[in-house]
Amino acid sequence: MSLTDDNHRIRPATERDIPAIAAIDARITGAAKDSYWREMFDRFGNRPDRYFLLSDSAGRVDAYIAGEVRAWEFGSPPCGWVFAIGTDPDARQRKVASRLFAAICDAFKDRGVDTVRTMIAREDELIMSFFRSQGMMAGPFVQLEMPIDEAWPADDPEADT
Amino acid sequence: MKLQRSTRCALFAVFELAREPGRHVSAAEIADTYGLSVNHLAKVLRELARARFIQSVRGAGGGYTLAANPKRMTLYDIVSRFEELGDDDGAPPEPGADTDAGQALTRVLTEIDAITVATLKSISLTTFLKLSRKA
Repeated sequence: MSLTDDNHRIRPATERDIPAIAAIDARITGAAKDSYWREMFDRFGNRPDRYFLLSDSAGRVDAYIAGEVRAWEFGSPPCGWVFAIGTDPDARQRKVASRLFAAICDAFKDRGVDTVRTMIAREDELIMSFFRSQGMMAGPFVQLEMPIDEAWPADDPEADT
Repeated sequence: MKLQRSTRCALFAVFELAREPGRHVSAAEIADTYGLSVNHLAKVLRELARARFIQSVRGAGGGYTLAANPKRMTLYDIVSRFEELGDDDGAPPEPGADTDAGQALTRVLTEIDAITVATLKSISLTTFLKLSRKA
């Protein structure tokens, strides 16, 4: 991974980084999710086509990004998915997340994909603004959901399909 | 989505000021660049100044400059000044609004409005400038 200057570098996460990553997420979200981040590392750390990268400033983890290349989900050709990104609030406005995003995009390109995709809560204006600032636009997919208990009966005579 | 003429004027004006930070841009220049009516643009600029989005400098070499932080100001800030964006609180109910079909229609339109608002809120002036360079 790239070395951006003397004190800052982008590198893959290691198991020892999990507490620092969980601490950044806890600062952002207000919820401690240590076991979730351990599981994320198990899924994304050191795996082919999966990436869990960190911004390391003079030995201090100040941001992370995780994603993977997925193929043919929802009928989509292979593309890179970003599943998680977070920056320590004290490190914002220093372009660390932009560097991480560029690094994971480079990694996706090295795997032969030319599209990067993510999903964001509509009310998460900060993260959505960040991805917009990187050039991302709405893609060709629309996310749909419903409470399962509100599903119409399978034998509904008025169903379209 | 079709924007009202005033909204487009406002977006073009703010965009133009953000593109040239520090320079005093005249209403005539903006109107000329985008083919707008100077009179209409002047009204829009007054509204933008009232909102403290821009400021005017009088006299020779005067004009308008951006008063807001382009990294923080979003398209929503500007558009919502001139358009009703799904916020019809206080407006009289539309005919048929209390029927089953009216309520179903409200659910669909609310979904569309929510996406519109989220989109406009996520695009800062700085991002919009970058977009314009890619266009």
